[in-house]
Amino acid sequence: MANLTATESAGRVRPKLGRDDWAMRGLMVAIGLYLIVSLALPLYAMMSKSFEIYAYQPQLIEFQVNEGQGWRPVLNALDLGEELGVLKRGELVTTADGRLQATRFFPDFSFLSETRYRIRNTEPASGGFMIRGTRIVHDEWVEYSSGDFRRVTLRPGISTGLGNYLSYFSTPALFTSIYNSLTIALISTLVTVSLAFGFAYALTRSSMPFKGAFKAIAMVPILVPSLLPGIALIYLFGKQSLVLKVLQWMFGEEAVAGLWTSLIQGAYGPTEIYGPIGIVIASVFFTFPHALLIILTAMAIADARLYEAATALRAPKSRIFWTVTLPGARYGLISAGFVVFNLVITDFGVPKVIGGQFNVLAVDIYKQVIGQQNFQMGAVVSVVLLIPALIAFTVDRFVQRKQVAQLSARAVPYEPKPNRRFDNLMLSYCGLVAVFILGVLAVCQYAALIKFWPYNLSFSLNNYNFDVMDGGGWEAYGNSIRLGFYTAICGTALVFLGAYLVEKGRGFGYGRAGFQFLAMMPMAVPGMVLGLAYIFFFNDPANPLNGIYATMGILVVCTVTHFYTVSHLTAVTALKQMDPEFESVSQSLKQPFYRTFGRVTAPVCAPAILDISIYLFVNAMTTVSAVVFLYSPDTTLASVAVLNMDDAGDVAPAAAMGMMIFYTNATVRLVHAFLTKGVLTRTQAWRGR
Amino acid sequence: MRKNPITRLIGAAAMGAAAMTLVTGPVLAKTELTVYTAVEAEDLKRYAAAFNEDYPDIEIKWVRDSTGIVTAKLLAEKNNPQADVVWGLAATSLLLMKGEGMLEPYAPNGLENLDAKFRDSDNPPYWTGMDAWVASVCFNTVEGKKYNLPVPSSWKDLTKAVYKGHVAMPNPNSSGTGFLDVSSWLQIFGEKGGWAFMDDLHKNISHYTHSGSKPCKQAAAGEIPIGVSFAFRGAKSKAAGAPLEIVVPSEGIGWDMEATAIIRGTEKLDAVKKLVDWTITEKANRLYNQGYAVVAIPGLAKPVKYFPAGITEAMIDNDFEFAARNRNRILTEWQSRYDSKSEPKK
Repeated sequence: MANLTATESAGRVRPKLGRDDWAMRGLMVAIGLYLIVSLALPLYAMMSKSFEIYAYQPQLIEFQVNEGQGWRPVLNALDLGEELGVLKRGELVTTADGRLQATRFFPDFSFLSETRYRIRNTEPASGGFMIRGTRIVHDEWVEYSSGDFRRVTLRPGISTGLGNYLSYFSTPALFTSIYNSLTIALISTLVTVSLAFGFAYALTRSSMPFKGAFKAIAMVPILVPSLLPGIALIYLFGKQSLVLKVLQWMFGEEAVAGLWTSLIQGAYGPTEIYGPIGIVIASVFFTFPHALLIILTAMAIADARLYEAATALRAPKSRIFWTVTLPGARYGLISAGFVVFNLVITDFGVPKVIGGQFNVLAVDIYKQVIGQQNFQMGAVVSVVLLIPALIAFTVDRFVQRKQVAQLSARAVPYEPKPNRRFDNLMLSYCGLVAVFILGVLAVCQYAALIKFWPYNLSFSLNNYNFDVMDGGGWEAYGNSIRLGFYTAICGTALVFLGAYLVEKGRGFGYGRAGFQFLAMMPMAVPGMVLGLAYIFFFNDPANPLNGIYATMGILVVCTVTHFYTVSHLTAVTALKQMDPEFESVSQSLKQPFYRTFGRVTAPVCAPAILDISIYLFVNAMTTVSAVVFLYSPDTTLASVAVLNMDDAGDVAPAAAMGMMIFYTNATVRLVHAFLTKGVLTRTQAWRGR
Repeated sequence: MRKNPITRLIGAAAMGAAAMTLVTGPVLAKTELTVYTAVEAEDLKRYAAAFNEDYPDIEIKWVRDSTGIVTAKLLAEKNNPQADVVWGLAATSLLLMKGEGMLEPYAPNGLENLDAKFRDSDNPPYWTGMDAWVASVCFNTVEGKKYNLPVPSSWKDLTKAVYKGHVAMPNPNSSGTGFLDVSSWLQIFGEKGGWAFMDDLHKNISHYTHSGSKPCKQAAAGEIPIGVSFAFRGAKSKAAGAPLEIVVPSEGIGWDMEATAIIRGTEKLDAVKKLVDWTITEKANRLYNQGYAVVAIPGLAKPVKYFPAGITEAMIDNDFEFAARNRNRILTEWQSRYDSKSEPKK
């Protein structure tokens, strides 16, 4: 009622809020809350963790010495330490397992002397000290002979401050990763966008044959974990290079040796596939389809009239390219650039497998958290990684907004004319790209079937005996498929309903804007960061949601949230195509919104719904970055198994498992294609009329 | 309503099945133990199967990773432990956990049979040993020939210029093998000499790996000619057909002990005690002996195939307390010296 009077006093005519509106708002708030709990709160928990430090607390420790003439006055460890130069105030930060020997405070200490020592921890809850590995948890004086006193060590306690950031930026091994990550991401972006642009150009501006097949092949990298191209490169160009062996077989060993040495010993010193070069090649492989999709969309809307005008003005082909084609695609190129940049800088699979000693941010998080369980430092690196990712994301959103005005209503779709030379050129270019993509998969499959590369080349299925290796065995594969289905089902329902409410709901402007913002956020958060944030948030025993930690549930929640944005945008696009009249009509017929939703909206959007579910399934199968922190012994995953097997040196089984993921995704994709066809004929017949 | 015979039969069968479940249910209920371990993945099935021969009602749920990672995981879960028991983790790591008050002391049956080295000094002990796992160098003879590399015979040999870029070793921050290498060098060459040795070695290192078995597996696959790893891994790869020679450096080799301990706070103490009792039986020791040449019960071990000779004699007198006490300091120092192998070129 209050609402109604408020509306009247504002003097505007607003529709009366019915039960429907309240129900829709309630649902929207519920989904919004889901995003807050599954994204915003974990990120907040991570931020605060990055300020949590372990430091020695000598100010709370007291000593007393007796050299045979009775106990000397009580000494505070901090004062004593500063006097001796053992410690400096403000430089007490260490890690959780830091230990400081008590004898450091007594330079003339000898374990043979008769001196006796007393030590006291004035605050038992603090880090305190321990003897022979046993902690003393009271605040009484403890007396030791010198022989025992040398076994006493100080432990760090927890406090908050900027200490972690300070130690991050004063450790070259850590902060050089920022430079490395940025360089790699920039180079990969340039290469990928150029290659993808060429490919899109061939698909849209030439009349070469097999366009459909090329487009399908170009999408293949989406179906495999990003670890797989790394593994393939090791086989192709590693120390036991398959490429070298093939060349040697073709031209003889001597002929190739010279070429190979000059390649390996390159002009800029020795190059190796382990390192930046490998990372760039593998990154290009896995980001290629993402860039291609965006650029294709931008180039598909070309206006034929511009080309006609240019040709009529006798502009040469190159001029047309620079003045018509490129400007038309510019927003697509920029957008693709930022998307690729974001993918590369946040990816962890590629540098993990083939990065060698080349440190990048995403791997640093993994090394800090999984390798050393230094969660605080992991959180610091995460915050650092969040910054470039956020910038790239914001710029991309900004550019995408500009894209809209490109296509005018009078535009005529461009139809490329056959030109034999040009078409053949484009065909061979696309052929090369396709061979590279399929080659990567072929190499992995070959490696998976070889008994003991490179010394025993007979075929065997030994590498599929996952149960005797790290990573969880065949059970992990089954878990991945389960995760895929759960994510697809729950995720699609959640995302589509959310998009429907925000798109078709009336009024409640702030609520809807807030929801849109929440729905866009997941894209800006790198997987590693999300996974780490989940540990902090959900593994806290005080959290009522602690129960889902180490279950399949947390993996589903994490994966749905991680891939929320793209799914949401797909749903919104599909819903925007629907006339709002449907809602008005059903409302005037006094139909509740869920009936319209179930009978009209959902069936009409069936293709989009299928697209979302397949997108979620495929990504759930291939994702490593977020779930690597969250799987438990019961919920090992195939993609993580690839990582763990490679980590333990079982590269061939890792390739085998990676290929299993590929076959599963390819099968699901094919089923999806058939389903879409069926759904299209059943639900989309109206489009034909 | 009259029931036909088939319906009745099905009904009776269903009742019977229900009754069966009621009777057998409690008997079949297995105790499930979460066991953290760093034992090689391929051995886990064997260990669990042998244990289940004697205790079929206790099911083992393995959580396996590299030593450093299992250690760090346990430390991170200190306030909310997920593991019931640790079976097969470096003694240095267990010492660290003892310090954090995370272990439950327990004297398993048959403790007196163990070599004094293979148990915690406290009584009752906080951990008991299984077997010793020793550092070794895996040398790929085929690749060695290709690059004209002589077979190294000592640690110092590895610092020679001829091996530049041909050596891989595990990163001690994540790998227990890596840490035992580093701590043994510091004990063999002294603090100063140890770091000087590592400085020289660092010049020859191609890359540091995350796991301790990877250098040897890479050497076995010809990805690197020389992998600093451990003897067990080398012997396994050699058995798989890799052209490997396992070198025991003449200065002596570092070693650590795989050991067992109970995590304080476990709710399944009875089952855990049964497991710990079993881990020091002769049967278990013979099981360890299939892969490891030195086990906890003295005089029991038989020679292991493909293991290099003289490995027991080469084991240094390892000071575990030194290693545990200085672990953090050594690792920090190591990271600041070597963990940025690929700094941007100037």
